[in-house]
Amino acid sequence: MAEDKTLRDVPVGQSATVRRLVGEGAVKRRIMDMGITKGTEVYVRKVAPLGDPIEVTVRGFELSLRKDEAENVLVA
Amino acid sequence: MAINIALAGNPNCGKTTMFNDLTGANQYVGNWPGVTVEKKEGKYRGDKEVVITDLPGVYSLSPYTPEEIVTRDYLMSGKPDVVVNLVDATNLERNLYLTSQIIDLGIPVVLALNMMDLVEKNGDSINVAELSRHLGCPVVETSALRGRGMDVLMERAVAEAKKGAAPATEFGFDRKVEEALAQVIDIAETRISGRYARWYAIKLLEGEQLTVDKLGLPAGDLSKIAAVREALENVEDDDAESIITNERYDAIGDVCTECVKKSPKAMTTTQKIDRVVTNRILGIPIFVAIMFLVYYISVSTVGTLVTDWANDGLFGDGWLYTNTEAYEADVEEFEGVLETAEGAAAFEAGEIEEPDPATYGLYHVGVPVVVGGWLEAVGAAPWVQSLVLDGIIAGVGAVIGFIPQLIVLFILLGFLEGCGYMARVAFIMDRIFRRFGLSGKSFIPMLIASGCGVPAVMATKTIENEKDRRMTIMTTTMIPCGAKLPIIALVFGALAGGDYETTWWVAPLFYFLGLAAIILSCIILKKFRAFAGEVAPFIMELPQYHLPTVRNVLLSMWERVRSYVVKAGTIIFLSSMVIWFLLNFGMYEGQFGLLDPELDDYIQYSLMAGLGNLLAWIFAPLGFGNWESTVTSITGLVAKENVVATVGVITSLGEEIGETDPSLWASFAAMLGGSSAAVMAFCAFNLLCAPCFAAIGTIRRQMMSAKWTWAAIGYMCAFAWCVGLMIYQFVGLATGEVAFGPFTALAVVVAAGMLFLLLRPAAKAKGSAQLEAAVDNA
Repeated sequence: MAEDKTLRDVPVGQSATVRRLVGEGAVKRRIMDMGITKGTEVYVRKVAPLGDPIEVTVRGFELSLRKDEAENVLVA
Repeated sequence: MAINIALAGNPNCGKTTMFNDLTGANQYVGNWPGVTVEKKEGKYRGDKEVVITDLPGVYSLSPYTPEEIVTRDYLMSGKPDVVVNLVDATNLERNLYLTSQIIDLGIPVVLALNMMDLVEKNGDSINVAELSRHLGCPVVETSALRGRGMDVLMERAVAEAKKGAAPATEFGFDRKVEEALAQVIDIAETRISGRYARWYAIKLLEGEQLTVDKLGLPAGDLSKIAAVREALENVEDDDAESIITNERYDAIGDVCTECVKKSPKAMTTTQKIDRVVTNRILGIPIFVAIMFLVYYISVSTVGTLVTDWANDGLFGDGWLYTNTEAYEADVEEFEGVLETAEGAAAFEAGEIEEPDPATYGLYHVGVPVVVGGWLEAVGAAPWVQSLVLDGIIAGVGAVIGFIPQLIVLFILLGFLEGCGYMARVAFIMDRIFRRFGLSGKSFIPMLIASGCGVPAVMATKTIENEKDRRMTIMTTTMIPCGAKLPIIALVFGALAGGDYETTWWVAPLFYFLGLAAIILSCIILKKFRAFAGEVAPFIMELPQYHLPTVRNVLLSMWERVRSYVVKAGTIIFLSSMVIWFLLNFGMYEGQFGLLDPELDDYIQYSLMAGLGNLLAWIFAPLGFGNWESTVTSITGLVAKENVVATVGVITSLGEEIGETDPSLWASFAAMLGGSSAAVMAFCAFNLLCAPCFAAIGTIRRQMMSAKWTWAAIGYMCAFAWCVGLMIYQFVGLATGEVAFGPFTALAVVVAAGMLFLLLRPAAKAKGSAQLEAAVDNA
């Protein structure tokens, strides 16, 4: 598994486990607050019609985030 | 003794519904995260001594969004005696994350487990007693929608408030973190004590700048805390913020596995709906179809029918309900007769009469006819009659006539908001809006702006990022609203001269002009320091679909329509009197007084004409530097509905004349010197400049700053002037209507300036340089 694989690289319809979060400030805090934390399983449900943002299922609810923001989430 | 209860919870978990239920208030809720930004207070219905404060919905007590700051500041103010934490039982894990932070505040907490009926329906179950034991606070099952469990909840909340004890929670962090927290409390002992001590210690350990600034600890203490933090970070191989968040979620995960039994299921209804609605291929066509349907129903069918009735029936001559075909056939025949020379002569002589609608069936006369007759009967002075009929009823009536259309539009939009579709709209549209520095959330105000700018500006309050919100407020009224459509129709007629075949493109052109103006404005504004900075995060929950209650949809409609009604009753009422005064009073043959409307071109003697002459130079470079068009633009500030009526009055065709009347087209074109470039510039200026007074007032309310309001108005007017200038000069040059002159040169300079503003590199916001460096390091 690549060291720098992020949530952005996970193909639609697949799950990944969060390894750690990078970045700082509001974006990172917000990602964590919404339940994407170390060890959580995130399922990438779909990509928006125009290619961005993506929709993921985490902790039993649907969350939308941009691909740029998904890059802050390192996954295994 | 009064008891203060704070109502806190995630967005969209039923808080406002519960607040309405407990206090009998009428706040509306939307199934769309972040509908409540301000906190609202109400007295409990069962006990007036109990004051309930509805806080904005938040996922966390981080200090990043306006909602989070409002909620956190209130909870930390020491005012609430107890927090009722409303949680969505269908999504316990994420909801308890906020709970774990609230518990750390040391205030008594009661957990309201909402939407338990849905949990049972899904075949899941929650062990409430066990949950209560783990959290260390009472847990009450409620259904805000059905008003169940409210009395028990309030009883427990009051009891807890009287006890005043912090929750005896089992929640906690790992031993290492707890040790670090103890050390921080030791270090900062003098500054943090009492019930908030643990909370402050956690924030200091996380290194949250806001708390550090607020407490104002000495540098020595801060470096000691930093050392504690570093030690912890080295052991755990993560940053303090992540460690604490992870541990919160880990603890919640443990509680949930113990207390929640989930039945295995394939796909929820929401996921099934979304498979179609936000589908990669179908998503956009479905969105376009839904929006088309919304506007078709509200503007073209139901809305127009009622609006026609209100305009022509209630505020016009009257309305015939039955037997209209026979009446219309007779009117047509009558008009045919009138066109012949003998017919006209016979009509003049009083031998034949226009058919009277009242004799055909159920008919009622309009308000102006009734009031006019009444004024005449009591012998009111001519100026009073003129003021009431031409000033007040004509002005206010024009605004009220739009209400039915708005009611239909806002019921439909309220339904889309209530069922959860608006969040999907933001999801679908985000990509486009991000390109010019906004998020998908800015789309909803712009959608509403096509109906009326007032509720559109109000709708911007759901945009979390302050810069985005300001930028949306400044640009959203550039979308042609319902009241601007007659202007477009008038210009269309003047340009096309009735020839639809070759100039069909004029009407859509001005919609695109509005859109282009917004996009250009956003790109330009984003580059100024005040708006610069990182794009706001778009990490948004897509809530589960549910059918909104009728009450809720009607409440949301009422809240929006009310602002429009208030506008008609106050601003428009006053300003139509002022405008009437300016238009009807003036100097004629050396005497100041009421002008006689029978007089040819009486308006040129009015005060308004004088005012127009004073200001006309401003618009000379735009091709309409005469007092007539200046006056028209001024009345447009009051309400855009006025523009067409003013053109009618000024060109002596009367107010009755509509924007679809060819004679008005001709005189309008003549007023602008027959120049099609000037006609286009006039329209562009009036569509893009400052909106009507009512919308300006709303902008003032939402900006909450006079400086920003003036900045917005100034920007809109300047931008509209520049666009008008370029249109007139360049189009005029191309068609040979304008010779190259100093203002053409100015237009070139303006165009170059705009290009520069569009293409120049963005100004860096304060702190963003450090942020970039930090990202690079990571």
